[in-house]
Amino acid sequence: MRFAEAWRVALDSLRANRLRSGLTMLGVVIGVAAVVVLVAIGTGAKQEVESQVQGLGSNLLLVVPGQVTFGNAPTSSPMTITDVDAIARVAGGRDRLTASLSSGETVRAGSTSEFVSMLGVLETTPTVFIRNLTHGSYLTRSDVDTARRVAVLGWSVAQHLFGDRDPVGLQMDVAGVRFRVVGVFERLGQSLGVDRDNEVHIPLTAAQRLLGTNRVDALAVKAPDGSRINELGGQIVAELTRRHPGIEFSAVTQDQILGVLGQILGVLTGVLAAIAGISLLVGGVGVSNIMLVSVRERTREIGLRKAVGARPRDIVVQFLIEAVLLTTIGGVTGIGLGIGAALLVAALSPVPAAITWWSVTLAFGVSATVGIVFGVVPAQRAGRLDPVIALRTE
Amino acid sequence: MTGPVPTDAVEAREVTRSYQLDGLAVPALRGVSLTVPAGDFAAILGPSGSGKSTLMHLLGGLDRPTTGTLLLAGRDVAKLSQPELAALRNRTIGFVFQAFHLLPRTSAVDNVALPLVYAGVRAGERRRRAAAVLERVGLAHRLRHRPNQLSGGEQQRVAIARALVTGPSLLLADEPTGNLDTTTGAEVLALLETLNQESGVAVVLVTHDHEVAARAHRQIRMRDGLIEGPA
Repeated sequence: MRFAEAWRVALDSLRANRLRSGLTMLGVVIGVAAVVVLVAIGTGAKQEVESQVQGLGSNLLLVVPGQVTFGNAPTSSPMTITDVDAIARVAGGRDRLTASLSSGETVRAGSTSEFVSMLGVLETTPTVFIRNLTHGSYLTRSDVDTARRVAVLGWSVAQHLFGDRDPVGLQMDVAGVRFRVVGVFERLGQSLGVDRDNEVHIPLTAAQRLLGTNRVDALAVKAPDGSRINELGGQIVAELTRRHPGIEFSAVTQDQILGVLGQILGVLTGVLAAIAGISLLVGGVGVSNIMLVSVRERTREIGLRKAVGARPRDIVVQFLIEAVLLTTIGGVTGIGLGIGAALLVAALSPVPAAITWWSVTLAFGVSATVGIVFGVVPAQRAGRLDPVIALRTE
Repeated sequence: MTGPVPTDAVEAREVTRSYQLDGLAVPALRGVSLTVPAGDFAAILGPSGSGKSTLMHLLGGLDRPTTGTLLLAGRDVAKLSQPELAALRNRTIGFVFQAFHLLPRTSAVDNVALPLVYAGVRAGERRRRAAAVLERVGLAHRLRHRPNQLSGGEQQRVAIARALVTGPSLLLADEPTGNLDTTTGAEVLALLETLNQESGVAVVLVTHDHEVAARAHRQIRMRDGLIEGPA
C-alpha cells in the first residue's frame, strides 16, 4: 500500500514537471539507444562473418606457410605443384583439395577494364568450396594440366566487362594475356562493404606461367568428417614440414578462423558499447541532479509526510521509485529508438545489424540500475531530512 | 484508546532542548514539565522565541528532548527508533499547521487519507474513512476539490480532518488561525472545540494571540524556554 502510494506520487511528480522529466530522460534515452544500436551492429557484423565462413563449405582446412595470425604479412610460400600431389595422397584424393595462387590483376574486355582478385586454382575448387555457376561450366582437369587460358568470372566482373551479355565463349585480357571466358559464378553480394564477386578463377598452371613462378600460396582441404579434421590437419602439416625442413606450416579450421574473427569483433563491439555506456553514465548523473532538485523543492512535503507518520524508509523508497521510473521510461524509449535505428541502418546501409534479446534486456536492466545508483544519494538525503526543519522551509 | 490503561496523552518531565549553533549550545527549552491528560483543551501562549514551537515539536514527537523524559501515549520517546516514532506520530498525534501544508494537485479526500497510507490501510478503506472525517468537519461537498480550489478556512478544515483521520489522542495546532481572517478563524476554533467535546481528543493550541488562547480550558504561558505557570 505504501508502495502503491510511492508509485502514484512518483508518477504525479513526473507529470507535474513534464519538460524537466523529459529532458532528464533524454540523457538516458540517448545512452540506451546508442548501446542498443552499437551492440546490434556488432552482433550483425559477427553473424554475417560467421555465415560467410560457414557458407564456404563444411569441414574445411586452410593450409598456409607460416602462422595464421592477423597483422602479419603472409610469408612467401615454398609450396609447389608437387606438394599439392603429395598432400592429395594424405587427404585421400585430388577431389579433396584445391590449391591457389592469388594476385591482384587488371582484366580488360574491349575498352572496359577492372582490377580484380585473380586466383589460379585447381578444377576441384567447386568440390571443396560451395561455388555455384549461373553460366557455362567450371575449369576442367585438362585446363589445369595444359595451362589452358580460360577463366571463370565473378558476378560483378562479368557485369562490368560484358553487361547483360552472356560472356561464355567471349575473349578477355588478364594482365595483358588473352583468355576465354568459360563460366560465371552465382552472385554472392556485398558484405561489410566488400564486393565478394570481384574474382576471376583461372587454372593454377596458367596463373603460374602468367606470374612467372611455380609457387602455390595456399591449400584448402575438405576433411571427410568433422571429427577427424584436426587429426588430418596435423598429418598435412607434418608431411609439409618433412618436405620443407625448417619451414613452419599451419592448417586452420573454420572454427579457428571464426574464433579469431569473433574475438576481434567481440572486442570491437565491447569498445563501442562501452563508449555508449559512458553516455548512459552521463544520463545517470543528470538523473541524480534533477532528483536533488526535486528533493529540495519538496522539502516541506517530505516534512509533512514525516509528521503524519512516514518512516525515513518510506521517503527513500518514494524518491528511489521516482528516479527508477525516470530511467526505465527513458530506457524503454531508448530501446524502441535503438531498435528502430538499428533496423534503419540495416535496411539503408551495407552495415548489418541484429537485435538480440540479451542486449535489450541488458539495456533495460542497466537503465533501471542507473536509476537506483543515481537515485540513492538524493533519496537518502530526503529520508534523513529533519521534519522540524523541513516543515519550516519556505 | 491507545492502550488498556488510560494514559495521559503527553507527559513531559524536566524536558530541555538545546540546539548546536556554530559549536555553541543554544537552549530553546530549559526544563519544562507538563502533562496533557486525555480530553484536555490547552493553549500554549508566549511571544516568539519563547520556546513554544520547540515544545510543540517535542509534544508531537517530531523532535526529541536533549535531557528529561517525554512520554507520548505512555511511551518514552528516547527509547523509540525513528520508524517506531513515526508509527507513534501516525497513530496518536494529529498536526494542524498555520500554513495548512496540504499536498498540491491532490484532492481533499486524498490529502485527508495521507496518514492512512503510512498506517497501512487499503485504498478503498482510506477513501471511505477520509470522506467520513471530511463530512464531520463540514466538507462533505468538497471531497474532490484540490487545495487551490478551496478557501483558506476550507483548507484548514481539510488539514484538521487529516489530523483526525487516524483517530489520534492528541491534536496539536500551531497557530491554526494565523493565516485566516477573524470570522473564518473563529469557525475553525469552534470546530476544534466541538471535536474536543464530542470525540474527547486532547487539543493543544500554540498561539501568541490571547483571544485565541482564551478559548482553551487552560493557558500555559511560556517565556525564555520556561513555563511561567497557568494564568
